[in-house]
Amino acid sequence: MEQFTGRVWTLGDDIDTDIIIPTEYLALKTIEEMKQYGFSPLRPELAAQIRPGDILVAGKNFGCGSSREQAPEVIKALGIRCVIAKSFARIFFRNAINNGLLLIEQPDLYDDMKEGDTIAVTVNQDVDYQGKRYPIASLPENLVEIINAGGLVKAMRRRNGIG
Amino acid sequence: MGMTIAEKIIARAAGVDSVRAGDIHTVNLDRMMSNDGTTHLTVDMYYNKLKNPQIADVKKMVFIVDHNVPSDSAKTAGSQKKMRDFAREHGIDFWEGKGVCHQIMMEHYVCPGELIFGADSHTCTYGALGAFGTGVGCTDLLYGMVTGTSWVLVPETVRFHLAGRLPEGVYPRDLMLTIIGEIGANGVNYQVMEFDGEGAKTLSVNDRMVLCNLAVEAGAKTAIFEADEIALEYLRARGRKPKAVFHSDPDAIYAREYTFDLSKIVPVAAKPDFVDAVVPASEVCGVHIDEAFLGSCNNGRIDELRVGAAILKGRKVAEHVRFLVVPASREVYLQAMEEGLIQIFMESGAIVMNPNCSVCWGSCQGVIGENEVLISTGTRNFKGRAGHPSSKVYLGSAATVAASAVKGEICTADML
Repeated sequence: MEQFTGRVWTLGDDIDTDIIIPTEYLALKTIEEMKQYGFSPLRPELAAQIRPGDILVAGKNFGCGSSREQAPEVIKALGIRCVIAKSFARIFFRNAINNGLLLIEQPDLYDDMKEGDTIAVTVNQDVDYQGKRYPIASLPENLVEIINAGGLVKAMRRRNGIG
Repeated sequence: MGMTIAEKIIARAAGVDSVRAGDIHTVNLDRMMSNDGTTHLTVDMYYNKLKNPQIADVKKMVFIVDHNVPSDSAKTAGSQKKMRDFAREHGIDFWEGKGVCHQIMMEHYVCPGELIFGADSHTCTYGALGAFGTGVGCTDLLYGMVTGTSWVLVPETVRFHLAGRLPEGVYPRDLMLTIIGEIGANGVNYQVMEFDGEGAKTLSVNDRMVLCNLAVEAGAKTAIFEADEIALEYLRARGRKPKAVFHSDPDAIYAREYTFDLSKIVPVAAKPDFVDAVVPASEVCGVHIDEAFLGSCNNGRIDELRVGAAILKGRKVAEHVRFLVVPASREVYLQAMEEGLIQIFMESGAIVMNPNCSVCWGSCQGVIGENEVLISTGTRNFKGRAGHPSSKVYLGSAATVAASAVKGEICTADML
């Protein structure tokens, strides 16, 4: 079972795609250029503080709003290992899976979580925070196939022989 | 086991007799729409990530430039050129400057019973004609374009029974904002909102578009009305035929049911920075505004322009207010010209723009500055959505927006 630990940044409820990456930066050519503006309307300093392997923990309805795929791409480019939230908005959920960004639904962790603390994640099993275990559900098989392939495009190449 | 309209559409698209909420199915897509928000990314992936790719069925594809039109920088011009060149090279239907994508789709493509993916969150609009339209990202769109298929998790359906009739001066937008305020911004996450009841029969296709369009702001995968005589008449007038007309079975399973009495709805506003922060508009009256916006895929059709023009007729926009009026399509614009509405707006001091997404998505024209306040018929009021992160957006009906533009502060039409 895949395991990893990471330092946590906490965000609130209803973190929308305009917060994750505001419209005005979508015209930038690359995700690498965009990523410094990630979460800037809410926390302009956050993108520079995030280190590869860090984890985001948020409340309900993470990723609500537009279908812009730059949102999960920016989070991934910042090096975020996974996002754990009470719930995710559905377009964001698909887009994250399609880009190989791991999302975990967990209803209680956010309420207990203090920013800066470290958690240990065992995929498809639980999150360990200061000795307390928060159970997490397994993803459906077809989604695991996509994530394991590294995203939908790679899964498509594998599945349909395009490439 | 009975099925809902949404389940029947998925079953048809999956080529199976029946589906249940929670099943995952591979479906054949009837149509795919992509706009200039992300098509350049799809094109990049098509050329750079796939070897020898091809389009499964070019007749199913529609590309629409509407988010930044006309382009406002060399960068957006470059993205649009990529999209335009790709469409021409592959023979994809291509629209530019003719309207907001969902309006174009409703005027020219959507048919009852179809399963449609759009690379835009407000694709749920198409339920107004009994189609299953849902927003996806550019990778899902690419997959659909290349394979003609995709996967769907069959969503649960939540039934919204509409009773009664909206009072004079209260609009479908007030109704939908009221519903979202009540159920919350993720109140129907991953579910389908099905609207029915006698109240639904009092709503035109335009009105139904207003309701379905905002369903994503409650987290819905889509929203849908049965394709009744009102929908079929809209279709006939445009020379189209339904793919299939489905009705929900009497024993269909609903996750929840709500009833809304339309006669009890009042003018409302959504306060910054959440679409579900809904209050009676009277509670925010007096808030100073810098800009007002009448337009968008939610509220830029002829009905709303008529409402706005009736209020502006013989009045002037407040001196400190920029009032943007943006017809949702060229067809709407021409009709508004024919009816003399554009004349009224221009005489009142409004800025009438070409059909596009405008300030609703905070790009191109109309972006607001530091600490400025916008009252809008757009789709969202997220923090920084319309410009500077410190700016604020209130959402209201066309009547409330037009009245506020005249007064220079938020007010309802009856207060003028």
